[in-house]
Amino acid sequence: MTSVPRATSQAAPRAGADLRIPLLYLAMAVLLVVTGWIMGANYALTIVNMGLISAIMALGVNLQWGYAGLFNIGVLGFLALGGLATVLVAMPPVVEAWEAGGLRVMAGLVLGFVTILGLVQIWKRMAPGRARTWSMIVFGVAGLLVTRWVFDPGVAAVEAVSPASTGYLGGLGLPVLLAWPAGGLLAAGAAWVIGKTALGLRSDYLAIATLGIGEIILAVLKNEDWLARGVKNVVGIPSPVPQAIQLQNDPDFVARAAQLGYDPVTASTLWNKILYMGLFAAVLLVVLVLAQLALHSPWGRMMRAIRDNEVAAEAMGKDVTRRHLQIFVLGSAVIGIAGAMMVTLDGQLTPGSYQPLRYTFLIWVMVIVGGSGNNWGAILGGFLIWWLWVVVEPLGRWIFAHLIGVLPEGSWLAGHLAGAEAHMRLLTMGVLLLLVLRFSPRGLIPER
Amino acid sequence: MEPLNALVVFLNFVFIPAAAYGAQLALGALGVTLIYGILRFSNFAHGDTMAFGTAITILVTFALQGAGVTFGPLPTALLALPVGIAATALLVLGTDRSVYRFYRERKAAPVILVIVSMGVMFVMNGIVRFIIGVEDVVFTDGARFVIDARGFREATGLAEGLALRSTQVITLVTAAVAVALLFWFLNRTRTGKSMRAFSDNEDLALLSGISPERVVAITWIIVAALATTAGVLYGLDKSFKAFTYFQLLLPIFAAAIVGGLGNPVGAIAGGFIIAFSEVMVTYAWRKVVAYLLPEGLEPTSLLQLMSTEYKFAVSFAILVIVLLFRPTGLFKGQSV
Repeated sequence: MTSVPRATSQAAPRAGADLRIPLLYLAMAVLLVVTGWIMGANYALTIVNMGLISAIMALGVNLQWGYAGLFNIGVLGFLALGGLATVLVAMPPVVEAWEAGGLRVMAGLVLGFVTILGLVQIWKRMAPGRARTWSMIVFGVAGLLVTRWVFDPGVAAVEAVSPASTGYLGGLGLPVLLAWPAGGLLAAGAAWVIGKTALGLRSDYLAIATLGIGEIILAVLKNEDWLARGVKNVVGIPSPVPQAIQLQNDPDFVARAAQLGYDPVTASTLWNKILYMGLFAAVLLVVLVLAQLALHSPWGRMMRAIRDNEVAAEAMGKDVTRRHLQIFVLGSAVIGIAGAMMVTLDGQLTPGSYQPLRYTFLIWVMVIVGGSGNNWGAILGGFLIWWLWVVVEPLGRWIFAHLIGVLPEGSWLAGHLAGAEAHMRLLTMGVLLLLVLRFSPRGLIPER
Repeated sequence: MEPLNALVVFLNFVFIPAAAYGAQLALGALGVTLIYGILRFSNFAHGDTMAFGTAITILVTFALQGAGVTFGPLPTALLALPVGIAATALLVLGTDRSVYRFYRERKAAPVILVIVSMGVMFVMNGIVRFIIGVEDVVFTDGARFVIDARGFREATGLAEGLALRSTQVITLVTAAVAVALLFWFLNRTRTGKSMRAFSDNEDLALLSGISPERVVAITWIIVAALATTAGVLYGLDKSFKAFTYFQLLLPIFAAAIVGGLGNPVGAIAGGFIIAFSEVMVTYAWRKVVAYLLPEGLEPTSLLQLMSTEYKFAVSFAILVIVLLFRPTGLFKGQSV
């Protein structure tokens, strides 16, 4: 597995490189301010909040790809696990469901786990050969049947408890902010299991394996209704900051808003978003500082040495597989935290909305356009690409409206274009990715 | 005990659908494996190449139907297929010239080409949605069944019916023809032999005067033909939806890798292995077992190992197991 993320030779450091980062960030800020000026502050704040979360996702992918050259395209799965953690931590437990079949479900899970452990033990202890294959098959099928025999009635009982509103086990009822580290832990745990099995694989096999694992995690989330209601969605996840409606009912807040010349509705939505922004920015700052410290530590140098020449690093006595596992887990944890934050911001978990193009490949575009290997680049990419993803649609609508105006009334093309601006996003992202890879493969803010 | 009825249920719900699906996956996996063998990267845009070819074929089909042209009992889409193949070939040749060639000349690492193909995937996905939208499109016409369930029950007197849809027969026949042509080309013609030589040892092939750009161009044309055929057959059998084709990428890659990337025979075997495992693991066996067991012993549960929603999980479980225990696939594939 030789993965060398950079296609071209290292460019010589330029004199203006120090100014490049502040200038690009200034340009990004101007873009956001202009957007706010045209579309309203509320719109711009929505973009900023999701931009902050996107930046954290990009940092996670950058850890794996930029530092270590690991090709993970299962981002979606880790994001979804982070979102699941939010439900499991913050939602109140459904007592009736626990009484109906909670223990049975848990017992089923334990049995399934025991089956897998047993399979691993058979694999390790028996001599290779037909006997081992058959005992594994027999043990596996028997274990599956017993597990299902315990598990299925429990699931049915849990899902039967007022299915329209709950029908799942619920969460722990803890403060929602705890869900963010929990999301990181859950994603890290999954990454450890996946990394243990898949990290020995060649780069593009690892890519396919992670792609598949992401899909499997999503399939579990969509279909295991007892866990988080599946495609019926969990709504009303508690919010860590006061909701707009709460603020509007708070006389102090309304009075203060009136003093500043805002009506309560506008002021409350803006204040709610600003509070979220503060929380997200704090998390981003912590992750960034840690990532920068790691990058410039001996550990970071070792990671890059492994990335650039695995064989040489191994010859120097570095444990490549263990280091890979380490950074795969760390990066996935960061992605999981971002996933939990996203679900907290939305206030709901909607497994049906997790699309690979949006939640895996778009994050990759962010990292590559921003500059893989550079944390400042990843953050800038997160903001820029998210901004572009949001504004391309209204922009496309505007362009098409003018195009249609030029075309003769009622022509086939005009009718076709009218509905097509929605598809502009994918096209723009693809063209942008290809252009950056071709003409500036090290991204907007190249690795130093 | 009625083994005949059990056999009919098995054929009707497991064997025939899995065989048709397997043929579609095999054609798709052949495209992936050829690109891997010659151009040496995993092409993530393959699903969307299939979707593009199918979209063009659908448009031509609708135009033909509008002009009153049909293909008798066969679907009109088969008449439109060559046009779809030609359009797709132009698209992939254009993509190769404008995108991939640059990296090939610089001998970029395979993983860079994979990321580039992700960009191409985005663009093609956008183009397909632009051309035909995101809705389900049904474009099959002609005779629906070769054998229909009621006719079969009346003719045989069995309790269970066997339905053989014409699209399933067409899928199998077309796939067999396509594979026969491909293998004849690869094994018997000069160009095909030069392709295999290039795949086996690039430097040696260059030394013996094989033009790399020609080999690459021919590969793309063959891949366009295979991808469009696979896409159209899948669309005829089920229906066309841009997003479904993107999702097909997963089982197709699984099939190509399980068979051994770069190995055409492996791709075909892989396609059928994935398709049969998906269908067999997610099928509820209750009816089959009920016919096989003596009366009074009918099973009460569905006897379904996993619910249908987990079919992707099945292909990936197989993929991961094969990769862990035989990293180059069941049939020996290449390893870069």
